[in-house]
Amino acid sequence: MNEMLDYLVLNSPALVVAIPLLGAFLTPLVGMINGKLRNLFVIFITLLTGFFAVLLANDVFTNGIRTYVFGNSSPMTNPVVRIFFEVDGMSAFMALIAVILPIVAVIYSWAFMEKETGLNKYYTLILLMTTGMLGMVLTGDMFNFFVFLEITSIATAALVAFWTNKKNSVQAAFKYIVISSIGALFVLFAIAIFYGQYNALNMAVIANSISYSFLDKIALGLLIAALAMKAAIAPMHMWLPDTYSGAPSSVTVVIVGTTLASLYGVFRILFTVYGRQLLTIMRQIGEFSVTSSIVLGVFIVILATITIVIGVFMALKSNDFKRMIGYVAVAEIGYMALAVGSAISTFHIADGTAAVQMTSYGEMALTGGIFHMINDALDIGLLFLVAGAIYYATKETSLNRLGGLSRKMKYTTVFFLIALFAASGLPPLNGFASKLIIYQSIYQVNPILTIVAILCSIMILAVFVKVFHSAFLGPKLPSLKNVKEVPKSMLISMGILAFLIILFGLFPEYIINNIVEPAVNALSNPGSYISAIVGGA
Amino acid sequence: MMITFNIPFIAVVGLILVGLIAVVFKRNLIKIVIGITLIESGVNLFLITLGYREGSIAPIYSSSPGGIMSLPVPQALTLTSIVIGVAVLALMISFIIHIYKLYGTLDARKIRGDEE
Repeated sequence: MNEMLDYLVLNSPALVVAIPLLGAFLTPLVGMINGKLRNLFVIFITLLTGFFAVLLANDVFTNGIRTYVFGNSSPMTNPVVRIFFEVDGMSAFMALIAVILPIVAVIYSWAFMEKETGLNKYYTLILLMTTGMLGMVLTGDMFNFFVFLEITSIATAALVAFWTNKKNSVQAAFKYIVISSIGALFVLFAIAIFYGQYNALNMAVIANSISYSFLDKIALGLLIAALAMKAAIAPMHMWLPDTYSGAPSSVTVVIVGTTLASLYGVFRILFTVYGRQLLTIMRQIGEFSVTSSIVLGVFIVILATITIVIGVFMALKSNDFKRMIGYVAVAEIGYMALAVGSAISTFHIADGTAAVQMTSYGEMALTGGIFHMINDALDIGLLFLVAGAIYYATKETSLNRLGGLSRKMKYTTVFFLIALFAASGLPPLNGFASKLIIYQSIYQVNPILTIVAILCSIMILAVFVKVFHSAFLGPKLPSLKNVKEVPKSMLISMGILAFLIILFGLFPEYIINNIVEPAVNALSNPGSYISAIVGGA
Repeated sequence: MMITFNIPFIAVVGLILVGLIAVVFKRNLIKIVIGITLIESGVNLFLITLGYREGSIAPIYSSSPGGIMSLPVPQALTLTSIVIGVAVLALMISFIIHIYKLYGTLDARKIRGDEE
């Protein structure tokens, strides 16, 4: 039994991607037999993927970096022609996010999508999205990253347009596919630049030999621009509210994960691939030397602040429930970028060693930013599920035509309150835990950032209080007489997310020590990621 | 002499720029899609050019006449990229068909959501 488990752990990096991929193409076959059986099959596949992701994450958190070779596994001098999966703490952390959301989404879909046709394709695409996300976060190969990025984009775009009779959905899908294909082509161009210079596609090999030449700077710009566009950092956030509100809510939950996977790409490029080169001095002003890390860090911080402010103000202005949550999601992405930008701006060389280090508050900011990623996935995910539940019960998303829902939909109201408090960073929920760390650490970088961040967080609360007031409180509307509580499967999936939100909020120390800390260590020590493939110290 | 070797790279930059201009400034959705395919061709040409060495032959090892071969990896990458490009193109065109059915126009200025 133990040997069996060891064997599974050994092959888990491949299985985590292979299971949803195989499951995706088996789904239509199972669907030909029976719809219920297909739903069970898809839930089983996502749970199985989740099981292997947890096995893998557990192994990585205890034993360190895992590499998995596709192709020739015998020792060979040239690591170019093989594809590596390299799983460090950050990848494992992202893999956990990338399996929680599809599990919730497929359970939710059971009732939410019941009356739709074309569900075989729907489930196939959801599993393909899962495959793409997991592949993006686990792979150690640049070109492989591009391929998984495209798999995710194509599956996502097709699902955003699932309701092809809705104007919103189809135009959002077109916008999404244009944005993501241009982004992916930029990524491919940058990969070609790397290949032309270093004759390698493996991230660790590139990071080892990168010289920060002029071409590398162009590649850095292309990669950051493209991935930030896919992660919806201002000024390239315009697609996100459209896409999030156009897609069925069950799909939006998974799209939240793909957005975070793109953000993971930004982190991987900045910290691992370019990590060693960011201290290159660009200009000397007296005693003070301006390094690339300061320029990049300040640039990201400015963009992130703009992202937060734009997201919050557009959310205040918006009158459509799902679009409003979409803008809040933009703001939440800003919080993560703010923390990471602050962390990068504190890069320095430690005394006596050659290693690039961050100051202690830089490390703290990174912890907050990464912890906020999983919290954002849960909070925004739950908000969209609630929005979907309201849509399911009333067929409405405009706040002007909603009211008095708390009388009929007790559980949904409770879940909405939990998500509301978590997303706006109120204790004792998870949003508070990570936002507090971010506030504390960015205060050391610049106090104004903290003020803006706290003010915007309060305004997010204001946004949702408005929603709560107009949708859940107030008199019963005559048009909503026949509203009923949503079916069990939707309540269960909302319950899972709400449970995790409360759990993360009550025991943040435990989560940070066991899940977030390995991810932070993985990002702040690119050397170990590189030496796992290249060898040496 | 230098300029002849650089012609492919100039073509790459030209294709990508023309594509970007089309995507940003054109209002017709079909033209936007054409712009994206132009960018894609530019990137593919860039990959192929990187792998080419002067006077090289195709990298097929059996019954090779000898001499230098062009790099096979960029060609494999380009093939993958072309296949992905076809899928994206088909998806975009099918969205355009749906948009035309719903809106009766392909002008990006007139295509907005139902609300707001």
